[in-house]
Amino acid sequence: MIALHNYLILSAVIFSIGVIGVLIRRNLIVVLMSIELMLNAVNLTFIAFSRYLGSTDGQVIVFFVMAVAAAEAVIGLAIIISVYRHRQSLDPQEMQLLKW
Amino acid sequence: MDTASFIFYLLATLLVIASLLVVFLRNVVHCAMALVTALLLIAVMFVTLHAPMLCVLQVMVYAGAIMVLFLFVIMFLNPGALEQQRGLWWGFGTLLAMMLAGVLVPLVATSDLPADPVAATELFGSPEMLAKSLFSDYVLPFEIASVLLLVAIIGAVVLAKREN
Amino acid sequence: MQALLDQMIQEGAFAGVPKEVVYTIAMVLTAVVVLSAFVAPLAGVTSWLERRVWARMQSRVGPNRVGPQGILQWLADGIKNIMKEDIIPTAADQKLFPLAPYVVFMGFLCAFVVIPFGESLIVADLNIGILYLLSVTSLVVVGILMAGWASNNKWSLLGGMRSAAQIVSYEIPAGLSVLTVVFLAGTLSMQGIIKAQGWRPWDWFMFHNPFTFCAFFLFFTAALAEGNRTPFDIPEAESELVAGYVTEYSGMRFLFFFFAEWGNLYVIGAVVTTLFMGGWQVPPVTDNPVLLGILQFLTFFLKAYFWVFVAMWIRATLPRVRVDQLMGLCWKYMVPLSFICLLGTIGFMFMDTNSRRIFGAITLGFAIATIINFFRRVGFQFRSAKPEAYWKPHI
Repeated sequence: MIALHNYLILSAVIFSIGVIGVLIRRNLIVVLMSIELMLNAVNLTFIAFSRYLGSTDGQVIVFFVMAVAAAEAVIGLAIIISVYRHRQSLDPQEMQLLKW
Repeated sequence: MDTASFIFYLLATLLVIASLLVVFLRNVVHCAMALVTALLLIAVMFVTLHAPMLCVLQVMVYAGAIMVLFLFVIMFLNPGALEQQRGLWWGFGTLLAMMLAGVLVPLVATSDLPADPVAATELFGSPEMLAKSLFSDYVLPFEIASVLLLVAIIGAVVLAKREN
Repeated sequence: MQALLDQMIQEGAFAGVPKEVVYTIAMVLTAVVVLSAFVAPLAGVTSWLERRVWARMQSRVGPNRVGPQGILQWLADGIKNIMKEDIIPTAADQKLFPLAPYVVFMGFLCAFVVIPFGESLIVADLNIGILYLLSVTSLVVVGILMAGWASNNKWSLLGGMRSAAQIVSYEIPAGLSVLTVVFLAGTLSMQGIIKAQGWRPWDWFMFHNPFTFCAFFLFFTAALAEGNRTPFDIPEAESELVAGYVTEYSGMRFLFFFFAEWGNLYVIGAVVTTLFMGGWQVPPVTDNPVLLGILQFLTFFLKAYFWVFVAMWIRATLPRVRVDQLMGLCWKYMVPLSFICLLGTIGFMFMDTNSRRIFGAITLGFAIATIINFFRRVGFQFRSAKPEAYWKPHI
């Protein structure tokens, strides 16, 4: 039988992979996708806890995480579009000016 | 190995591979496709954890809406050139994240957690049960989430609008 | 299905095999049987019938050579497409281009899992049935965007993006119209929704009150738009975009897209039948379970196929809308209207049964009056135009 540990370890590994993406990628869209991956790793933890503790609260929180993730993706992509219009680039390292 | 473990390890392996592809593929659209795969695998994992309602929501919200939005923006901006790989930076970032994993994994592996799931009732994870707790205990967060979505819509329209 | 398996396991039919393995194998076998024995001929025959129906409506003959009345035309087309060279353009994305048709096809095929053909003829009666259906159909968008982008052709990309925008937009009125029915039935399960209705037309959700009647039309229109059907087929508008996202495809992969399109037509009909028209409900004429099953299946199939015919009819009749009209129709008219339908239905839920019945009867009367008027006008046309040749259905 699968213990709760397995799910938590899997989720920690996926979260770390998402962190790699945020740290090393030079494309804002992929950075945002890595953040989505991290959110999903956390969702998996919540669902696993909800199953192993027999409580619905974990599932409800995942529901809210999804709503927040949708809002986050929409705003993030809108910011990316307006940044691209100003700079013609998606490289986060080129965004060094505070005023633009 | 029993069937449940087999399914778990199969899904876990595929999930880790898909996540690595998201991070290390160089073409943005390929990354997005790998992310869709990863999200669908997580949805399947939700089913094995008795959360069918959330599985469907995961497919609908993530694969059906958020990822379509990502693909849309990718195609809209069409950032043709592949991004540059920089050896040192990639190595440093990966090392940092592996250190994080090195902290997290032993931490959860050694903690005292229930090994067996609670026996699930027929209703567990069903829409009825989710709705009951959503509209009684969590009704305020629910309303706030709806306001948040409205703010996100307005914000996106304002941000992405062309200035005349 | 599951009950039958449980019974067989109890009787020791699969001794020594874990229960999950039996379930998985049974599911895969069911999927294969459903695919090869039902979905493939269904989509094929629909494609033949659609061409015949258009031909009739446009005073042509249509395919009538292969088999009696050309009914085997789809087999000939299929064989021809399999034998053709499978071209992958050099400039296309070598990984995603071959994969895209299968993603679209999978999204459509997964829908068949929850379609209730009869009281016991359903692959799986999920407690989230209709939501599952909406979510798997939203997967199709990913495949279409993939096809559009991977073709590396501007017409394909434009077609893919138009299609994605269209499907994502029209999901909102479709989802809200589904919600009116879900509110009335109090369940998301497909069988539960059917069981909340009856076999008489006035027990159907379509004639529950004027708002559900309106929601039915909203849902059917939105479903046509989601299935990229005329008058909403701008993603593959020949006059503007060559063939949209299928421009670069050939052979079997091209066929897969159209397989999904024609099969999807039946899925639309089946969902409309389930939600608004009482599904497989039949009058209690027999106690024989086999006979009852056949009767239920026939009822469901014919009801669903009627809407497939209506979709063909619409395609042969209406011109294509412009892309801005399409989005305007969805966001300015259909979304507010479906919200009004939702609120109105909630209002009717508070009304007691007898006064509700009056409104249901008025709705039904209106529908019958419309149909009678339609036939009167068709009869007038026939009498005044004297179209002799049209009465021969077999040329």
